[in-house]
Amino acid sequence: MLSRVANSIYWMSRYIERAENYARFIDVLKNLSLELPPTLKEQWNPLVMMTGDAALFEAKYSSYTKINVIKFLTVDAENPNSIYSCVSKARENARTIRDTLTIEMWIQINELYLSVQSRQKTKNWTDETLNAFIKEIIDGSHLFSGIMHTTFSHGEAWNFSLVGRMLERADKITRMIDMKYYYLLPKVEYVGTSLDLLQWSATLKAASAYEMYRKTYPRLTAPNILEFLLLNKNFPRAVKYCVTRAETGIHNITGTPTNTYTFKSERELGKLRSELDFTDTNEILKFGLHDYLDSLETKVNNIGAAISESFFFN
Amino acid sequence: MDFSSYQTNNFFDEMMDQKGQIREPYAKLCQKLKEIPIEEIQQHQFIADRMLLNKGVTFNVYSEGTGTERIFPFDLIPRIIHDSEWQILEKGLVQRITALNMFIDDVYNDQKAMKDKIIPRSIVLSSKDYLKECKGFSPPKGIWCHISGIDLIRHSDGKYYILEDNLRVPSGVSYVLENRDLMKRTFSDLMEDLNIMPVLNYPLKLLEMLQYVSERSDAQAVILTPGIYNSAYFEHSFLAKQMGIELVEGKDLFVENDIVYMKTTNGPKRVHVIYRRIDDKFLDPLAFNPDSMLGVPGIFKAFKKHNVALVNAPGTGVADDKVICAYVPKLIKYYLGEDAIIPNVPTFLCSIKKELSHVLENLPNMVVKAANQSGGYGMLIGPTASKKELEEFRNNMIGNPRNYIAQPVMSLSTVPTLVDDHLEGRHVDLRPYIICGESVYVTKGGLTRVALRKGSLVVNSSQGGGSKDTWVLNS
Repeated sequence: MLSRVANSIYWMSRYIERAENYARFIDVLKNLSLELPPTLKEQWNPLVMMTGDAALFEAKYSSYTKINVIKFLTVDAENPNSIYSCVSKARENARTIRDTLTIEMWIQINELYLSVQSRQKTKNWTDETLNAFIKEIIDGSHLFSGIMHTTFSHGEAWNFSLVGRMLERADKITRMIDMKYYYLLPKVEYVGTSLDLLQWSATLKAASAYEMYRKTYPRLTAPNILEFLLLNKNFPRAVKYCVTRAETGIHNITGTPTNTYTFKSERELGKLRSELDFTDTNEILKFGLHDYLDSLETKVNNIGAAISESFFFN
Repeated sequence: MDFSSYQTNNFFDEMMDQKGQIREPYAKLCQKLKEIPIEEIQQHQFIADRMLLNKGVTFNVYSEGTGTERIFPFDLIPRIIHDSEWQILEKGLVQRITALNMFIDDVYNDQKAMKDKIIPRSIVLSSKDYLKECKGFSPPKGIWCHISGIDLIRHSDGKYYILEDNLRVPSGVSYVLENRDLMKRTFSDLMEDLNIMPVLNYPLKLLEMLQYVSERSDAQAVILTPGIYNSAYFEHSFLAKQMGIELVEGKDLFVENDIVYMKTTNGPKRVHVIYRRIDDKFLDPLAFNPDSMLGVPGIFKAFKKHNVALVNAPGTGVADDKVICAYVPKLIKYYLGEDAIIPNVPTFLCSIKKELSHVLENLPNMVVKAANQSGGYGMLIGPTASKKELEEFRNNMIGNPRNYIAQPVMSLSTVPTLVDDHLEGRHVDLRPYIICGESVYVTKGGLTRVALRKGSLVVNSSQGGGSKDTWVLNS
């Protein structure tokens, strides 16, 4: 297939996934703010910190109020990573490859775009509006990947989409854990308290992981939650699952046998996957969770760059 | 709904004659429409509009900055043509395009028509799209213009006339297919038992032609688009999808040793035939406009070596000049020995002194067009023009007479169109699409464009036009 088309389908899927994950991030904080002990203030800045767009935010808004942060992350067209921007870019990418997509896929992405666009006029972000918006984005993304799964041949283009979606998701889950661990807890003394667990369960819920977690582990503990979100091989929003699927996707594209490599991207993915295969939470915590998550993000980024180099002629 | 208040206003109306009688092709449809309450028709129209938006059947408007997408308005009431009438039109179109292809090949080779004084050499050589680089060249199978969309109108005398030949990269055929699809999805009851001829096989015919001119059976065909900001991008992607071939941009292609390749995830892959939707001048920065970011360096040389077929062939535009259009009936006689089956709209050439002074004297009753612009740009409609516009065109015409033609205001026929809660007549034209490959194929019907503004004669999508499904009824 055309390199440009591969590039567009990969990015289309990444942007849709990104929009979905941003909606999930907002969901974590929204839920937490409702159950906060009275002694603690609502904090919305971690959301922006985590996305890495704090400088842009601070240039535009005077303070980290709930409404400012929500606007910035949802409909702000000047934030290149707002949900609106992500969905627009996904659609722009889809437009350039309309001939490749099925009409059902195109209609879904177009409808999602039109509905996000109509939200731009929203002035008053009540919790009700916000809930509806979050649901719309998450459902829209699910519908899109479902339509793609059932109407689009599972060939090369589909695998590029899979790789894009999985890498994006791995990156965002990593950041979501980091937001919880590094930014949200006010002081170290809170580790293991009810507030800590409240935050962890909000994180699980935002990743749609709460129920599956409960089926796997008897108790809610931070190491178990970490193990589930980072190292579970069956849960579709766990980092290891995402990396393994991305690796399969790349090997489907190249035809290189698994556990060997021809391209740098295959090698990097294989290295990361085997690391996740053989590490455990003790080792990770000993290394330092924040640093570990940081290194994961870097590795996922490098894989993205290697894919671009191997297949997109950029 | 009823037709008792429908007015034909002294125009030729496709549905109703001057006495208020329903014309034969519309008889069955009108019977059905009479049974349907207007609210239901409005509901169908609403659904159709919604579908167009969600499907993203849009075009881009240049004047409103890049990326402005608009849906191409669609009106549910079809334009109907009877097969007996259609067959004559089809013959006329085949005749015309055959002669035009012979003319283009003649221009770049023997120049017989010019030597025999059928058409002045100066007119041909000054055509904006005459490509001197094509001199002495003949494309595969001798076909220059593979795809055309010739505009027809029906005047108040009930006769069809040729308005203009669109021979370069005519667009709109995707709407023919989409409109039919939309009609089937929203109002299929209307279509039952009417014996409407299908339009579906256009993409198939297009692909057959591409393979034919590539001169090989395993040909890799692609569509070359300027990209998503082009006004016809929707159509480019639509056709690529319908044919199952790649839609490429200039940056996806490269030329090595005069062979064209596309960049794929598996490395370079050879391309044999390109349906290019890019103007000649932007096709190859090495051969033409060096600033073109859309084209492919070296592609023109590959074309001249017959290593790749380009559709339409560069240089075809020479015949798509409104001045040359006026000579086409003579060219038909010259090359084919036949009289033109469909006449031209009477055309005055400003380059001829006598005709220019006639035009200047009657300017408020004329339509003036620049010789080589399309899309409704560079046009003056005398009766509705302001004093300033008239003056501007007067000066332009005197300053550069070769570049202008004038035509009497033709009264385009009308077709009933949904306006709020009733039908009103709106002016239409007709653009059938013609493919020249091993044989000549004409779409059954074509694109009916409709001027949605009351009284307007301008049907272009960029200027408030919409479209209708066009039905050719099999007898």
